[in-house]
Amino acid sequence: MACVNPDGTLSSSAKELLKILNNPMTAEEISQKLNRPMFKVRSSLREMLEAKMISSAEDKYVITEEGNKKIQN
Amino acid sequence: MEKENQTTEEKVFSLPRLGEPAPQFEAVTTQGILKLEDFKGSWLIMFSHPADFTPVCTTEFIAFAQIHPQLRELNCELLGLSIDSVYSHIAWARTVEEKFGQKLTFPIIADLNKEVASKYGMVMPGESKTETSRCVFIIDDKQIIRAMIYYPLTTGRNTEEILRTIKALQTTDKNGVATPANWQPGDNVIVPPPNTQEMAEERVKDKNYECTDWFFCKKELK
Repeated sequence: MACVNPDGTLSSSAKELLKILNNPMTAEEISQKLNRPMFKVRSSLREMLEAKMISSAEDKYVITEEGNKKIQN
Repeated sequence: MEKENQTTEEKVFSLPRLGEPAPQFEAVTTQGILKLEDFKGSWLIMFSHPADFTPVCTTEFIAFAQIHPQLRELNCELLGLSIDSVYSHIAWARTVEEKFGQKLTFPIIADLNKEVASKYGMVMPGESKTETSRCVFIIDDKQIIRAMIYYPLTTGRNTEEILRTIKALQTTDKNGVATPANWQPGDNVIVPPPNTQEMAEERVKDKNYECTDWFFCKKELK
């Protein structure tokens, strides 16, 4: 897993991504904001959706309560 | 006998073909789990190497990493692959950075079960049944295979040629032209030959083209 370490903690790049998702953003907006290639953004978003750290609606992604808990740990 | 043939048949994978969609996959890489579809919208150079911690592959990975910034400017990503574990890839990437001063900035697929290698015909049993050969697949932003290069285990690839091929393909797409032998950006390009006699006659009179004959015309790209 690129975002979540085997011990359950988040990688620094995952934390950085979660922190900007207080406001809903599209994958393209995330890519531009973090200066990360789209393939990395798509892969991270897929992983975070599976872990329920983010949710999506109408092509936009936003942090969930679970995600907020994770970045505070 | 029939059963034996059937087993052989099950193992046969056809090689990818130019102009057809690249085979989809999901794979473990040094940058997490990646799917081919994650690269949609950008060009991709997917390449295999025989094994980590081998000298020719090390020189190639350094060379690929060195052209990565130029590829990014062309909206093109890199993706390596070998039949090694992700831990081996991580260790090798760290060694390359430590001993050669080159950070490997692109993901590398750990294809231990040869799933991706089989889909792309990267294993050449005549050379080795346990390693992937030096294959390069240039996949465009719509995930169509546009070029393939296969090199043997002994011969390191020329990354300048790979870079040139990407530039040539993108020039073709943008301008509807072809590129001659040894073309480099800035050189004149080839105009597709006319399809009718009328067009042939008009072509040779057109001052915008440099024609040697009606079928052989070049033009400058502005």
